[in-house]
Amino acid sequence: MLVAGLAAALACSPAVDARAELASYAVVGDAIPVSLTGAGGDPKKGRAIVANRQVGLCLLCHSGPFPEERFQGTLAPDLSGAGSRWSPGQLRLRIVDSTRINPATIMPPYYRIDGLERVTPAFTGKPILNAEQVEDVVAYLATLRDAKQ
Amino acid sequence: MRIGHAAAALTILAGIVPAGAEIATAQRKSGYDFMARTTQAMQDGDTSNPGMLWVLDGAALWDRKAGAANRSCADCHGDAPTSMKGVAARYPEFNATLGRPINIEQRINLCRADRQQAKPLPYESKDLLALTAFVARQSRGQPIAIAEDEPTRRSVETGRAAFVRRQGQLNLSCAQCHDDNWSGRLAGNPLTQGQPTGYPIYRLEWQSLGSLQRRLRNCLTGMRAEAPALGAQELVDLELYLMSRARGMPIETPAVRP
Repeated sequence: MLVAGLAAALACSPAVDARAELASYAVVGDAIPVSLTGAGGDPKKGRAIVANRQVGLCLLCHSGPFPEERFQGTLAPDLSGAGSRWSPGQLRLRIVDSTRINPATIMPPYYRIDGLERVTPAFTGKPILNAEQVEDVVAYLATLRDAKQ
Repeated sequence: MRIGHAAAALTILAGIVPAGAEIATAQRKSGYDFMARTTQAMQDGDTSNPGMLWVLDGAALWDRKAGAANRSCADCHGDAPTSMKGVAARYPEFNATLGRPINIEQRINLCRADRQQAKPLPYESKDLLALTAFVARQSRGQPIAIAEDEPTRRSVETGRAAFVRRQGQLNLSCAQCHDDNWSGRLAGNPLTQGQPTGYPIYRLEWQSLGSLQRRLRNCLTGMRAEAPALGAQELVDLELYLMSRARGMPIETPAVRP
């Protein structure tokens, strides 16, 4: 009994430890209403993250109001007007873990580290974006109020 | 079974392609069809196709004696345009002795070990790519014809399972891009269906010839997933699945790709 319990605890501990590094959050409906950091993000930094192909990766699949970026994706909705379509809380859940809304989505879970298979060692136990970066992206997307002309 | 048929019929009536479905035969397209006209032209001409340099090297290696047996490929197989015609269209092929499918590179190295008593050529080495390209070139225009026996089918299923499995930090599967979104653009570039019709390929991004396994590893790295070592059974199973998925499509080796 004790041995089994210890074995289970040992087996679980890496995942528990890894999860502990992420900020906890509560999902309400299809949103995470409260900031992951307790503070608002910086929309300027958020724009840079979205446009960066090694950090945000967003423009691999999405297009958006980035006239200076020639090569943008067509696999996902245009980000123009995202702030009109969704509240900051809804944007936050869609970035944190879109699979909670649509399990078959192609959108990566940007702030989840469990339930992923065979992550390469360099990225193991790390979310794609940290909590501050998620909030910066939320703050930026919330400024995209006008739908594409 | 009857319910399954009814559901399939409804799906067809509604004109919906269910997510996770394989590409319909009539909709299959080679990577060639997604390329710019100039890149297509580069592939089309034997004097403009850089892959032909490897094919020519492979032709020389075919006739060269090697190993303790001092024997060449030609000593057993004779004239390659005759003996190797259609062979690449059947690979990977189930090897009964080993009890698993092997790709052309592994077949070449088996011949080296058993018939020539020579050392295996390393994966992605110039000589192995050259011999593979030379052998596969003899099947250009031949329809891909993977065997349909039971052991092959089992390995195809294993490959399909790897194809649809989400993996890596980006939590993506091969199928999400290459079955479900092949008409889209990833950062401005056509995604394509991932049809393995022209390997080894001359990839402009590589400035070199490279194998299908090298290409698979590129995608896995992009997904931030662990890429199995070259020659790993999982990659051979994936190759086999992709070839069975492309059944009937013509071989283009050596293809040129961006």
